[in-house]
Amino acid sequence: MNLLSPNEVGLAYLVASVLFILALKGLSSPLTARRGNVFGMTGMALAVLTTLTLTHNAGLILLAIAVGGVIGAVVARRVQMTAMPELVAFMHSLVGLAAVFIAVAAVNNPASFGIHVPLPRGNRIELFIGTFIGAMTWSGSVIAFFKLSGRMSGAPIVFRGQHMLNLLLALAMLGCGIGFYLGDAQAWPPFAAMTAFAFLLGFLIIIPIGGADMPVVISMLNSYSGWAAAGIGFSLGNPMLIIAGSLVGSSGAILSYIMCKAMNRPFLSVILGGFGTESGAVAAAGQAQRNYRSGSADDAAFLMGNADSVIIVPGYGLAVARAQHAVKELTLKLREKGVSVRFAIHPVAGRMPGHMNVLLAEAEIPYEWVFEMDDINSDFANTDVVLVLGANDVVNPAAHTPGSPIFGMPILEVDKARTVLVVKRSMAAGYAGLDNDLFYMDKTMMVFGDAKKVVEDMVKAL
Amino acid sequence: MTVDPTISFLTVFVLAVFVGYHVVWNVTPALHTPLMSVTNAISGIILVGAMLAASPAESDWGAWLGAVAVALASINVFGGFLVTQRMLEMFKRKEKKGEAK
Repeated sequence: MNLLSPNEVGLAYLVASVLFILALKGLSSPLTARRGNVFGMTGMALAVLTTLTLTHNAGLILLAIAVGGVIGAVVARRVQMTAMPELVAFMHSLVGLAAVFIAVAAVNNPASFGIHVPLPRGNRIELFIGTFIGAMTWSGSVIAFFKLSGRMSGAPIVFRGQHMLNLLLALAMLGCGIGFYLGDAQAWPPFAAMTAFAFLLGFLIIIPIGGADMPVVISMLNSYSGWAAAGIGFSLGNPMLIIAGSLVGSSGAILSYIMCKAMNRPFLSVILGGFGTESGAVAAAGQAQRNYRSGSADDAAFLMGNADSVIIVPGYGLAVARAQHAVKELTLKLREKGVSVRFAIHPVAGRMPGHMNVLLAEAEIPYEWVFEMDDINSDFANTDVVLVLGANDVVNPAAHTPGSPIFGMPILEVDKARTVLVVKRSMAAGYAGLDNDLFYMDKTMMVFGDAKKVVEDMVKAL
Repeated sequence: MTVDPTISFLTVFVLAVFVGYHVVWNVTPALHTPLMSVTNAISGIILVGAMLAASPAESDWGAWLGAVAVALASINVFGGFLVTQRMLEMFKRKEKKGEAK
């Protein structure tokens, strides 16, 4: 009665898996990336159509796909590029929740997945793993979404005994998992309790992590969502889900690693959280009043207009102020005057990996003008003017000073340039809560104000 | 005596992690945000599991739960691929201009 034999289904899934790998492979260059994305979509379409031949109520399923598809398409079209981190967090949460729902449905009716009835013990372990990762992904991502979208303060929430509580919850969750394993085929009470503990744990793990560490959190949840899909793949005995889930899982893990390295923070300390609370207050209190030079946007424009080379260092402040289009105007004006303008991007600039590159791309700044930290760092010494737009910790020379909390963090060596212009709203410290010696150097001029407004004034002055 | 299928799945899993590791390290840092959104779409593959959940031989509440999961995963699939497409278009536009110069 089925349209395709199990072997044909398996082969179609294999082709889809290969297409997913090619989708990621395409991202090695902007030239092949779009083709890669088409491979990914083709793989997904193949997987869904193949699965559709196995189902009994295609009507309900197609309706659900249409509902989700319309929502997804509208969101994808409307979302601001500055809001990408929120969107990604939102989508992680959906994968987590879907994984939990599937696991619940599998416990309720294993037969519909071709799993033996009553549910064998081996499948229960897999369902346990898929469910708890899914549940943690959901609640963790919801918190990340609220923090990123500003609906909840980005400040870390820490309380006494937090780690002990998390440990107890994890043990309780594991205990319920064992109960589920040893119990009846449909052991709902331990399964439900285990899921509830996992939800709570996901929530508690993310609340102590501060705003500066969001790039790590979002990568980590990306990884979790992949492992959740792989876990469900094990439960359903579906190699395609395992492959796709593992690709996503390892991708997120690698991004977390890159982000931690760029902040010179051990992964464990990010996860344990609480960064940027106490240290900030101490650093601010310990500092005496220091002198700095400030100037207007006109002065800054004059300096840049007369320079031979300018490097712009965009940071999170640029994203918040949505100044990317104004920056493009500035770049074109300067280029008209024969000034060489380039961009230097620190790996943790913005709120998610690669965020700044996308914002500059949105403003139609050619990616040939945009350089990664390692490629441009040696050029600062030969540069006339560096314009720092809403970045702070990533240009703090304290990273070279032993004993500083950020010692060893790779930074953009802006302090080596001949003149440094810093656009900032105030003299307040960055996420790390540290004062920045760069601001007090003789060759530095501070320009206070909203990044967008200041850059627009610079364009007018040119 | 035959090998437990779980062992085969474990084999697939470990090899896929290796493939993922090597492919992802080759992704250019400039495209890390599209990488995230496309992996979002790919993890929407859980849609396949949701479709099976929504389709038991005899419908009960589990089927409705499955249908909700289908809708959730579809948001990821469509949203993820389309937003990736939108971002990659931005990287393309300039490349064309570059050629015109």
